[in-house]
Amino acid sequence: MNKKKGYLILENGKVFEGFFAGAEKDVSGEVVFSTGMVGYPESLTDPSYKGQILVFTYPMIGNYGFPKKRDDVLSGSLESKEIQVSALVLSDTYDHESHWEANESLVCRLKKDNVPALAGIDTRTLTKIIRKSGVMKGIISQQKPTASRLFLSDEKVNPVDQVSCKEKRVYGSGKIHILLIDCGVKYNILRSLINLGVKVTRIPWDQDPFDGNSLYDGVIISNGPGDPKDVKETINTVSTAMDKKIPILGICLGNQILSLAAGGDTYKLKYGHRGQNQPVKDVTSGKCYITTQNHGYAVKEDDIPKGFEPWFINLNDQTNEGIRHKTLPFYSVQFHPEACPGPTDTSWVFDFFISGVNRWKRKNQLKY
Amino acid sequence: MEKKKSTKVLILGSGALKIGEAGEFDYSGSQAIKALREESVDVVLINPNIATNQTSRSLINKIYFLPVTPYFIEKVIRKEKPDGILLGFGGQTALNAGLTLHKQGVFAKYKVEVLGSPVSSIEKTEDRSAFRKYIESLGLKVPKSTVCKDIKDLREISAKINFPVIVRSGFSLGGLGSGVARNKSELRKIAEKALLIVPHILIEEYLENWKELEYEVVRDKSDNTIVVCNMENFDPMGIHTGESIVVAPSQTLTNNEYHFLRKTAIEIVKNLPIIGECNVQFALNPQNGDYRVIEVNARLSRSSALASKATGYPLAYVAAKLALGYTLDQIPNQVTGVTTAFFEPALDYVVVKIPRWDFVKFNGLNEEKIGSEMQSVGEVMSIGRTFEEAFQKGIRSLDLSYEGIISDKVKDKNKKNKFKTLHPTPSRPYNIAYNLYFGMDVLQIYKKTGIDTWFLERIKRIVDHYRLMSQPKSQLNSDILEEAKKLGFSDKQIGEIYKKTPEDIRRDRKKYEILPKVCQIDTLAGEFPAQTNYLYLSYHREDHDVIFSEEKDKVAVLGGGPYKIGSSVEFDWCAVNSVVTAKKMGYETIVVNNNPETVSTDYDFPDRLYFEELSWERIQDIYDLEKCKFIISMGGQIPNSLVPSFEKGRVPTLGTKLEFIDAAENREKFSILLDKIGVKQPVWKKLTNKKDALKFAHRIGFPVLIRPSYVLSGSAMFVAYFEKEFEAYLSHTGMKVDNDYPLVISKYYEEAKEVDLDGVAKNGKIVLSAISEHVENAGVHSGDAILVYPAFSLGKEIEKELLTISGKIAHVLSITGPFNIQFLIDKKDKIPKIRVIETNLRASRSMPFISKASATNFIGVATEIMLGGRPRLKVQSRPDYFCIKSPHFSFTRIRKADPVLRVEMSSTGEVASFGKDIYEAYLLSFLSTGLSFPKGGVLLSLGGLAGKRRMLSGAAKLHKLGFKIYATGKTAKFLNENYIPAKLVYKVHEGKKPDVVDVIQSRKVGLVINLSDDSEIAIKEVVREYTDGYLIRRAAVDNNIHLITRAESAILFIEALTKYGLDDLDVYRRDEYLAKLQSFKIQRSKDTKTQNCGAKFKIGKKKGNYIDIPVRNFLNNNKEE
Repeated sequence: MNKKKGYLILENGKVFEGFFAGAEKDVSGEVVFSTGMVGYPESLTDPSYKGQILVFTYPMIGNYGFPKKRDDVLSGSLESKEIQVSALVLSDTYDHESHWEANESLVCRLKKDNVPALAGIDTRTLTKIIRKSGVMKGIISQQKPTASRLFLSDEKVNPVDQVSCKEKRVYGSGKIHILLIDCGVKYNILRSLINLGVKVTRIPWDQDPFDGNSLYDGVIISNGPGDPKDVKETINTVSTAMDKKIPILGICLGNQILSLAAGGDTYKLKYGHRGQNQPVKDVTSGKCYITTQNHGYAVKEDDIPKGFEPWFINLNDQTNEGIRHKTLPFYSVQFHPEACPGPTDTSWVFDFFISGVNRWKRKNQLKY
Repeated sequence: MEKKKSTKVLILGSGALKIGEAGEFDYSGSQAIKALREESVDVVLINPNIATNQTSRSLINKIYFLPVTPYFIEKVIRKEKPDGILLGFGGQTALNAGLTLHKQGVFAKYKVEVLGSPVSSIEKTEDRSAFRKYIESLGLKVPKSTVCKDIKDLREISAKINFPVIVRSGFSLGGLGSGVARNKSELRKIAEKALLIVPHILIEEYLENWKELEYEVVRDKSDNTIVVCNMENFDPMGIHTGESIVVAPSQTLTNNEYHFLRKTAIEIVKNLPIIGECNVQFALNPQNGDYRVIEVNARLSRSSALASKATGYPLAYVAAKLALGYTLDQIPNQVTGVTTAFFEPALDYVVVKIPRWDFVKFNGLNEEKIGSEMQSVGEVMSIGRTFEEAFQKGIRSLDLSYEGIISDKVKDKNKKNKFKTLHPTPSRPYNIAYNLYFGMDVLQIYKKTGIDTWFLERIKRIVDHYRLMSQPKSQLNSDILEEAKKLGFSDKQIGEIYKKTPEDIRRDRKKYEILPKVCQIDTLAGEFPAQTNYLYLSYHREDHDVIFSEEKDKVAVLGGGPYKIGSSVEFDWCAVNSVVTAKKMGYETIVVNNNPETVSTDYDFPDRLYFEELSWERIQDIYDLEKCKFIISMGGQIPNSLVPSFEKGRVPTLGTKLEFIDAAENREKFSILLDKIGVKQPVWKKLTNKKDALKFAHRIGFPVLIRPSYVLSGSAMFVAYFEKEFEAYLSHTGMKVDNDYPLVISKYYEEAKEVDLDGVAKNGKIVLSAISEHVENAGVHSGDAILVYPAFSLGKEIEKELLTISGKIAHVLSITGPFNIQFLIDKKDKIPKIRVIETNLRASRSMPFISKASATNFIGVATEIMLGGRPRLKVQSRPDYFCIKSPHFSFTRIRKADPVLRVEMSSTGEVASFGKDIYEAYLLSFLSTGLSFPKGGVLLSLGGLAGKRRMLSGAAKLHKLGFKIYATGKTAKFLNENYIPAKLVYKVHEGKKPDVVDVIQSRKVGLVINLSDDSEIAIKEVVREYTDGYLIRRAAVDNNIHLITRAESAILFIEALTKYGLDDLDVYRRDEYLAKLQSFKIQRSKDTKTQNCGAKFKIGKKKGNYIDIPVRNFLNNNKEE
């Protein structure tokens, strides 16, 4: 019973007491919750969680350990090289691993990556607070909080810059060449594309892809953390791509970026959608899918950009989950078709996009 | 909204509760009926299970208490002309009947549309080879397997395959006739048995120690598909999922594994295709993630009921709506009210299901191995924020005197004890904990059991804390106590460790503010606000999810806990009806129960559902928060056993005062009371040593009934006819007799009538009563006897006397609420002697039967009275029809059990049917148990001269009816001497052919009457010898041939056969019996054929309508009337 006590202090003054199960250090971040029941290694390494304190509503986390880190992006099941969350908050974990793919326990990996986790927390009560009051800042602290403890003022950082790649890199090969704008891309987006036999060029979020001679058959704007309005450079790149009529697919943050580039608007949801059971409906076909989601911002449903139409809506709260252009091959989805973690119901979005790219390419015969 | 325009729909129920098909189908059927009624569909139900909720008039009016067989279903279809039928809500029974009707073209003929999944899809899942072909056509993997149609092929197959293999039989309930074979001879044994039941078997690769997983998939007509829940078995492959501890959601699967299997399940379901609910079972290799598709059930199942309760997603309700043509996004989520049914629940808790076995009830079989066949009779579900919390809660819910996973004595001085066995048995989980305590390594246990180390580590965590607490110097501080509660320890067990009482621990907890918090199950892990009233308690929380108002008076009804032999769906019916009544009266209602197979744990009918253990500790927790009054008389023995605690704890209860309940339960007190009011009872005495016990037996004269102390599990009641047996019983069972374990010896009356009086009283005055008479004489447990309402042979005088005695008892015990009194009527003397066997001041097993048979809701009335209401009662009159309840046995499942009726109950379920007379009612009731109308021959094997004489006229009738009679040696001789032709067949031990087993297996006989010398069975039962009688009985039940072991029921059966052929049996709804008796009368006079048969039954007279003549044949001891 010699667990080190730790505290989660919320912006609204509420304090939760637990004990450290990873690195023992103080951090702060936006407190968000995810309702997924499996896939904590994928979630923890998802760059979209950069800077956030992630609360798992499922009470037992770490059951099957943590898989081996691999340098090769394309193998393994992690979504980036390291744990991205600022901290993890959970109800119960037990320091062991029992799975054939496990390399170490979750606790062990958290310590190695110097990420604190606070266990023994009533995550349901915490979740209900966030649901009622909306997402808020929180501090993980080793000290029992005193009344005078203040929240540090918001230093404006751009989390996309922290998680995006620093230089251009090319993956796979094929007749189709896709430009992937990395705003914090999950590895499984790359894996999904490469499995379809396309060549992918991954560039940093703020790089201009159209300055040289490179020709791309399609553009994918990746997922990523934070407010879409903070990534002006990416929005500009997408505007250019639209002008060039290059087929575009936006995913998650990419969906919001495409909307902004097309003249639409975005807003912050009260507590976001984070989980693996989010139902969406394709309003053009009437079909329903269960999706993985991880976003705090959304496209304004009453401000769909001109020329676009809603593609998907969320069946829980009717918010917009994707748009598509009425005539041009511009698409975007708010959910994660690459899953990992979560259901693979919408993996067809990649096939759909790549075959669209193919058709467009044939039709326009290498115009650009 | 485009939905199908079905206006009249027939639903098939699953009949009697049996091993592999139990209360889960009452739950799914009730949900379906509710869903259809919301759409104003005219619903017709066929289900002879009278104890169920779905056959309640409050739910549905058009009920046929008839066999769920193609023959009767067709009759009902012809009469009712439904335009749709649902096959997926009545288990395998309904599905099989539906498939047969489809093949026979009945649905096409009457233009009945099969709603939900198309028959062609169901067929693909039901036939193993078609299934295999289908799965492989999708490029998916199934276990490697070979078909074996004939035992002769076995040699060739054995040479080709790699052992171990598993034998599976298609079209069977819960793996009947399946088993694991590690070598050729084992394979042969299993194959021989299985091929008797089914035309072919599959011999498959045995996926030893692979993980077993289930996915519950829902699909609508627009191809929208979701997975509502996945579940993981604690035990690896090889243990039937009904025999395994199961957790939801899966715990040891990675994201890729979870979602790969999910995707695969969806692919299977979309391609079949399914409309509605479907269960897909997988095996997953723990070494490399390889998988196999094991089974697909295209219907609601035990797993779907569990998944519904585990997630709060009403699968059966949604499936019924989808069958009507809705799509998932058109159906609202009942829990949140704001979202739709198209979503996948996110759990923020863990659910553990634990099976409950009752081997001890089957001839005291103590510790059976569990395996690929289902043998458990019930289950509990428990909910917690950790596996440890839920698991220990579940263990206590089993009502098996386990206080937690460490329930064996683990004092340090025992340390030299060897480790306990880790073979798959019901006690394996406890043995694991025991071995862990004594230092066995987790990996070692994994190697022996194949149970994932995650589960083992979690058990170890409990064991480690237990060890910590058990250290001599351990002080119970706040940290240790809190950790113990989070790990699911009970106050009682903590108290035992620290030598304190549970009350002490409770006080400590309150002092430290270590209190459980009420949590909601909301299907969305708190993501959306939900108005859910589906609750559990946990120590891993800081705040309650609900508030406790004191605006309304609150009533909490305690449910019956896990189903077991002697306590099943009937108590669920009672609890549900009690709640419904209280709610109607304006009370805020609460249910506490822990059995997922029930309707009472359906969160949408009480105001609050606590899915919780029925322990005193938990009831106090709930009382502290809710300040409710408790109704403890609806849930059978478990709530009843809490009476002393309620009394001591001063927690308010409704109904009869606790001191009187105690007076009725306590043998001594009750005896004194009866003496005081001049009511007789069988002579009895409690004895504390063997010598005195024997002396007493001699004094009152053999036979005597021996009742061992219930503290000793595994010791069953026993009738000893001679001193030799008495001694044999005591020595063979190795029974201790002392002050702690006294023995109760009572006089056993042979050939006495047994009668049940169910009633409701108010302040000691009976307001409602009904007498039902057993067909079998005393000696058969009342739960196993054929029960007839109204009584058929007692006569007015005796019935009056029974009421008088009951009145005295009700008065002296000041009964307020339901009660049941069992009587013995000994007619050997001139004036029949009436003795009271026992009185229960609670709802009895026969309450739903009596309520439905008499059209008076006894539980509704009882509840109203307990709540101080004044129910308006109609004058009770004797009905003009008969309703007969027959037991259903699951002997085929329990391999070693001797299928003979005894003083211990062994039936797992019951059915009841109505009829114009006792014979029709009995035949329908008998057919409803799933047996067929006898054809061909009859095998008679009658022990002793008395037995032969009693059956003589019956045998003559069978002969006259055209049955070919086969008989064993002496019986054949006796019959032939009496001019009844009988063909001799040999007993097995005689070693000559043809023997009894041959004629049974070759189905030359359709009925087996085996009367044994009571004493013969008794003594052999004790020493567990396989007698010839045993082999006959086993062969009969294993071949699904009607077996009768009692002369009284044999005579009734033969009599009925002489009156009615199968085609003479009428098909009436219950409401028709209740309302249109006059029409019977008219029809009767037209129908000359049955007129002749039923002439003794005077239809139409209101009172005093007793059948006389047949009864005389029927009761051999009937000397006066």
